[in-house]
Amino acid sequence: MTTSKPVKNVPPHPMDSLLRTERIPHIWCPGCGIGTVFSAVIAAIKNTGWDPNSIAMVSGIGCTGRMAGYIKLDSFHTTHGRALPFATGLKLARPQTKVIVVSGDGDLFAIGGNHFIHAARRNMDLTVICVNNLNYGMTGGQQAPSTPLGAKTTTSVSGSPEEPFNFSYLASACGATYVARWTAMQVRSLRSSISEALEKRGFSFVEVITPCPSSFGRRNRMGSALEMLKFYHGRSVIRGDIDPKDASMDIDKEIVVGKFVDIERSTFLDHYEKFNRPQMPQWRSMHPDNQKGR
Amino acid sequence: MNGDEACCEGALAVGCRFFAGYPITPATEVAEAMSRRLPQLGGIYIQMEDEIASMAAILGASWGGVKSMTSTSGPGFSLMMENIGLGICTETPCVVCNVQRAGPSTGLPTAAGQGDMMQARWGSHGHYEIIALSPSSPQEMFDMTIRAFNLSEYYRLPVLVMADEVVGHMNERVIIPREEDIEIINRRKPTVSREDYLPYEADADGIAPMANCGDGYRIHVTGLTHDERGYPAMNAKAHEQMVTRLVGKIRNNRDKIISTKNFYLDDAEVVVVSYGISARSSMKAVRDARNEGIKAGLIKLETVWPFPEELIRSLAPQVKALIMVEINGGQMVLELERSARGACPVSLVGNYGGAILHPNLILGAISKAVKGKT
Repeated sequence: MTTSKPVKNVPPHPMDSLLRTERIPHIWCPGCGIGTVFSAVIAAIKNTGWDPNSIAMVSGIGCTGRMAGYIKLDSFHTTHGRALPFATGLKLARPQTKVIVVSGDGDLFAIGGNHFIHAARRNMDLTVICVNNLNYGMTGGQQAPSTPLGAKTTTSVSGSPEEPFNFSYLASACGATYVARWTAMQVRSLRSSISEALEKRGFSFVEVITPCPSSFGRRNRMGSALEMLKFYHGRSVIRGDIDPKDASMDIDKEIVVGKFVDIERSTFLDHYEKFNRPQMPQWRSMHPDNQKGR
Repeated sequence: MNGDEACCEGALAVGCRFFAGYPITPATEVAEAMSRRLPQLGGIYIQMEDEIASMAAILGASWGGVKSMTSTSGPGFSLMMENIGLGICTETPCVVCNVQRAGPSTGLPTAAGQGDMMQARWGSHGHYEIIALSPSSPQEMFDMTIRAFNLSEYYRLPVLVMADEVVGHMNERVIIPREEDIEIINRRKPTVSREDYLPYEADADGIAPMANCGDGYRIHVTGLTHDERGYPAMNAKAHEQMVTRLVGKIRNNRDKIISTKNFYLDDAEVVVVSYGISARSSMKAVRDARNEGIKAGLIKLETVWPFPEELIRSLAPQVKALIMVEINGGQMVLELERSARGACPVSLVGNYGGAILHPNLILGAISKAVKGKT
């Protein structure tokens, strides 16, 4: 993938300023929904007007984890499931940086599930984008905590015997200040939700139901990438004012989409500063550059 | 103060301003001290959900430009191995203090052990070099935590402070030097423009200058095998190049990193090699042996990794025997034996953990060895 040659005579793309263009072409399969989410993230970042040097992206392992390798920001591709605790450390060390975590369903909710619930509970000031493609794509399509009951994967050839999580409900139950879900077809809503999530103080979460035609779609006879997109979109029902526990995520019946949570809550740093203020004369001076001599 | 508290004070003195941890006996007092002291200095203490998260968080904080550390004991150390590997691969400065207890598994949480020495060396998957120090007293907890930070900032890797329950919990006087007398090494920063900066292109000494997040270099950092741009490079050649440098930056600087304290080596016939709390039992035994007219000596390992292979190789042909003293079933003794290259007998005084080694036990081994029995 590093042997890609620059393509000649291609006019610059409007998103080039935030892309590591020398790393394109990317590794994602034809029809994969991650590209759609990636471009929505970039558009949302551009929309904020923030200095790119003040934004960082952290990812874990998996197809979605590769986003961090293509975005031209300070970007960290960490270990499987550990993007959130890494991002927690980064954010606390540099509160002035906006930290975005991009992660797949397996990365974020199986191996990283414990980190997710605690980062949300603490209300770490992070924006988390979850690409939910209903299976482990990078390893060839195994069952994940998102895989629908009965769906076929390489590790559930007769149908998955496990019931999946409802991630948006979980996020809201754990204390996220912003929760939204869209399918990859609903690009404008997705983009504006990511923009809102970026502007939100606290733990903001956007879930995107995306097609994985190479693995999940193929094994479950869902047709082409476009057919998958249309299928998820067709199942979706926009209900913004719904209690998150009723925001059903069932590809056989109804995928409830919309913005489910948008609340204000003090962050970890707000509380830390409040409780420790009397003994913090040098607050926010922990950076070595700000320390005299040490 | 006790050793755990001294570890905290050493870290603060060298500029550590971020600690992420999880309670575990006998290292909890490091976290407790950090939680009290860091806010006073404008730093952050955060209690994570487990040791996996603690290790990940200190790596993140380090890339945020803040010196960071965690502390733990055996079970937590096992959980940290994954992200210690990430720290090695991404060349992230930070410090991990392991106040060892007796294992395997939950073992004896409140009793001493030194059974994690090989885990310290090889615990994370793949091939790498590591730096590990081993303090024998609260004073050394203070001093060596400072040195651990300086080594980690200079060589860009997680540096391990391999303490033990006795050193962590014992109370002794700790002399804290004046601020200007404490040597502080900070990571080398890039001096070139963003366009010219290659994050993993090393200087002549094998160390690459490090841009922090937010410095404007827009770096990419990955645990995948990467080239000097920091970009994934999925082939054997790139892997060979990367690991050669990761290994080389430690191996080629061994003489600057390795530190031992040598006692009575000049005429020694039997030399005891030890570290941590066991080095203090050994010191007593060696002095007792001298009082009995036995020419015994001691090498106290301050750095346990890298191991002082050259020192042992040159010493082995001149002595009757080498004895490793450690609270495990024989870990660093393997390294001692390898380094001696058969030039003299090598033996172990050890136990599986739970209690420190009595000097008389070591004295007995010295007496036997000097008579040619091992």
